[in-house]
Amino acid sequence: MSNAPVDKGRRRFLTVATSVVGAAGAVGVAVPFIASWNPSEKAKNAGAPVEVNIGKMEPGQLIRNEWRGQPVWIVRRTPEMLASLEGLADQLRDPNSEEPQQPEYASNLYRSRKDEFFIAVGICTHLGCSPQYLETDFGEQVEGIEAGFFCPCHGSKFDIAGRVFSGVPAPYNLVVPPHYYVNDNVVLIGEDGEQA
Amino acid sequence: MKSFLKASLLTAASLWTAATLAAGPTVPLDKAEIDLHDKASLQRGAQLFMNYCLGCHSMQYQRYNRTFRDLEIPEELGVENLQFTGEKPGDLITNAMPTEAAGAWFGTAAPDLTLVARVRGADWLYTYFRSFYVDESRPFGVNNAVFPNVGMPHVLQELQGVPRKTHEKRMVDGEMKDVYVGIKSDGSGILSPAEYDQAMLDLTNFLVYTGEPMLLEQRRLGWYVFGFILVFTILAWLLKREYFRDLK
Amino acid sequence: MSKLIAWFDERIPLSKTWNIHLAQYPAPKNFNFWYLFGVLAMLVLVNQILTGIWLTMNYVPSAEGAFASVEYIMRDIDYGWLLRYMHSTGASAFFVVVYLHMFRGMMYGSYQKPRELLWVFGMLIFLVLMAEAFMGYLLPWGQMSYWGAQVIISLFGAIPIIGDDLTLWIRGDYVISGATLNRFFALHVIALPLVLVILVFLHIIALHEVGSNNPEGIDIKKKKGTIPESEKPKFTFHERFTKKYDVVDAVPFFPYYVVKDLIGIGIFLFLFCYVIFFAPAMGGLFLEPPNFEAANPLKTPEHIAPVWYFTPFYAILRAVPDKLLGVILMFGAIVFLFLLPWIDRGRVRSIRYRCTFHKINLTLFVISFIVLGYLGLKPATEVYTFFARVFTFLYFAFFIFLWFYSKNENTKPVPERITK
Repeated sequence: MSNAPVDKGRRRFLTVATSVVGAAGAVGVAVPFIASWNPSEKAKNAGAPVEVNIGKMEPGQLIRNEWRGQPVWIVRRTPEMLASLEGLADQLRDPNSEEPQQPEYASNLYRSRKDEFFIAVGICTHLGCSPQYLETDFGEQVEGIEAGFFCPCHGSKFDIAGRVFSGVPAPYNLVVPPHYYVNDNVVLIGEDGEQA
Repeated sequence: MKSFLKASLLTAASLWTAATLAAGPTVPLDKAEIDLHDKASLQRGAQLFMNYCLGCHSMQYQRYNRTFRDLEIPEELGVENLQFTGEKPGDLITNAMPTEAAGAWFGTAAPDLTLVARVRGADWLYTYFRSFYVDESRPFGVNNAVFPNVGMPHVLQELQGVPRKTHEKRMVDGEMKDVYVGIKSDGSGILSPAEYDQAMLDLTNFLVYTGEPMLLEQRRLGWYVFGFILVFTILAWLLKREYFRDLK
Repeated sequence: MSKLIAWFDERIPLSKTWNIHLAQYPAPKNFNFWYLFGVLAMLVLVNQILTGIWLTMNYVPSAEGAFASVEYIMRDIDYGWLLRYMHSTGASAFFVVVYLHMFRGMMYGSYQKPRELLWVFGMLIFLVLMAEAFMGYLLPWGQMSYWGAQVIISLFGAIPIIGDDLTLWIRGDYVISGATLNRFFALHVIALPLVLVILVFLHIIALHEVGSNNPEGIDIKKKKGTIPESEKPKFTFHERFTKKYDVVDAVPFFPYYVVKDLIGIGIFLFLFCYVIFFAPAMGGLFLEPPNFEAANPLKTPEHIAPVWYFTPFYAILRAVPDKLLGVILMFGAIVFLFLLPWIDRGRVRSIRYRCTFHKINLTLFVISFIVLGYLGLKPATEVYTFFARVFTFLYFAFFIFLWFYSKNENTKPVPERITK
């Protein structure tokens, strides 16, 4: 055994260098383990944008579609319904859609891209039940308004633009998913499109 | 230890020779020059597959959109020209033929071909596609030199023409004899023999791709990993040398 | 930092464990290349457990879904192919390092007194590992998975009287089926790994109780008081080791062998990653081509061979013309290994100081093992069967010869101390 003095600086440098490189390696090894939790191609395909034909919808009709496993509603609103949206501001929690519950292009009074069609994820923002569409009977819930959405689980109420009334458990307006009109008859749910 | 190594090497060598000799005769396979970087070839192969194979054989573990992405085909173009089944670009490449019906029509269900290149190997496929020949005794009127009594028709006949086992008169040992010279097309096909070989190479290339669609990414990543391990090992070696100075 | 450690030390033996097993553990100073494989086996075990856990997140253990779920992992999951190849390559790597580790033990007599139990724990690990690998190989539900399992399970049918009922019970059906797959899955992912980890723990505890052997086979623990202070190593070893003995020619495992093992780990990872990224099927040895075809109970592949790590034993099985006797010999090949500490009656450990005949004998044993492994991959033709019989004989002859010549062996004088 030699008694030559140990070069402590060199030893420390090499120890730190090896440890750092080793730690970087451990991080590298972690990448596939972490990345494998991302949605798979199968999940992405199931969640891919959905094309819906709206050419044959009747005024007042609601159709349900599935996108990313969630119900997505499309309502073709009547002029009366649209008219009912005005002048509700003082009864609503977020009348001007300030919370980020919709894409920018739906951040308007009707919360839609085209006034006539309301497109929303049909899940109550309270605890995730799916509210009922009350085409003509909403008056029982809010006096003077014919149409709206009512959640049977905890009694949350939304107007026909998905805006939540104050005094109910749901904190936010219904979510408007990204969507765009491919042409007059077809809407694609899940993508903003180039006009966005 | 040296003598041990030598002895084991010798034994292994002699056994290897014995083994190769003992293996039975098989149809010699032609070498398929696979090139997964040749996207044009893969695209042509995909086109052949979708048009001629997918009618009966599925590719149920592979997705359309991934195929388009990997083969550098714009998705819209792919959906329009290559996607005949499924609804969405992300769907699996399945076919419309119900498995049970296929069993009834052909005696056996047409196997899925996603992984066929991993089972058979590229050379086998390449040779197989080019080894159909007319054999009236078979239900479909054709047989295959690589896959005797194969249970499918020669679906590529319109491309190849009618392939026959051909004999030519040749001089052998001073005598004229009928010599088997291989399978030759009668020339009625859309493609020339050389074009047909190229088309089959494209198809093989595509099947090799679908067997291991991650192969190029896998190898690319492998080089980075090698680089990292090299750096780590050199550092570890320096570190070890530094510490082992204590023991000298 | 030191306060934190002190806090823990008052509650669990943190520093003590670190010192006894690493920083103050006396390891012989002459470890060579062959002493790397224990650490590598640990590394592979960790790899198998981690990638295995991640694979179960997407694997579907059912006859209908298993094959497709493996391809789903390979194609649809981000880096799923990498996790799967790490696991499949790891299985083969496990056997590579374990076989080399066992050969090291045989070469340097690491099974001899007082390390018999250490060897037996190691053999138990080997046995459980084989069961683990066998059950794991069924899970991809390919043709080879299916028919390989069919053949191996049928072996139990050779047992007189209970054989047929036993195979039926193992399968849980009249053929290999979803029921078999599910029970194999349960055993593969939880029961056997648990047993494996416990056995590895015992293996290390036993090793650190008796201390490591070394290439010279010379004890580094000397009678207390026989070694002058000047000749003792300059390192501090835990009193657990120095209380009863004077320890010589040793260095602490940490940092010296830890940094040395890092190089070995680097080289191993290089080879390991070569297979993962450039040859995951290893030319059909690690992933057999027929296994890329989903299991079909109505169609046997032309040629069934188990994965390479089982083939030496498979070749022994086939070499015997009688089914029962073949099974007995195959298991006997493993039982003899278990009994090695008692078959070898020699007192000299390392091959370096043993008689020439022992060197030849061990060499022939290794050759037999390799050749049998090769023959097990090949179809059982007449030539191959002949060779298989010759080498089966040589395999067993090793143990029988050893028992005889080791009693009064003509050994070279073993030095008192490690000088090399």
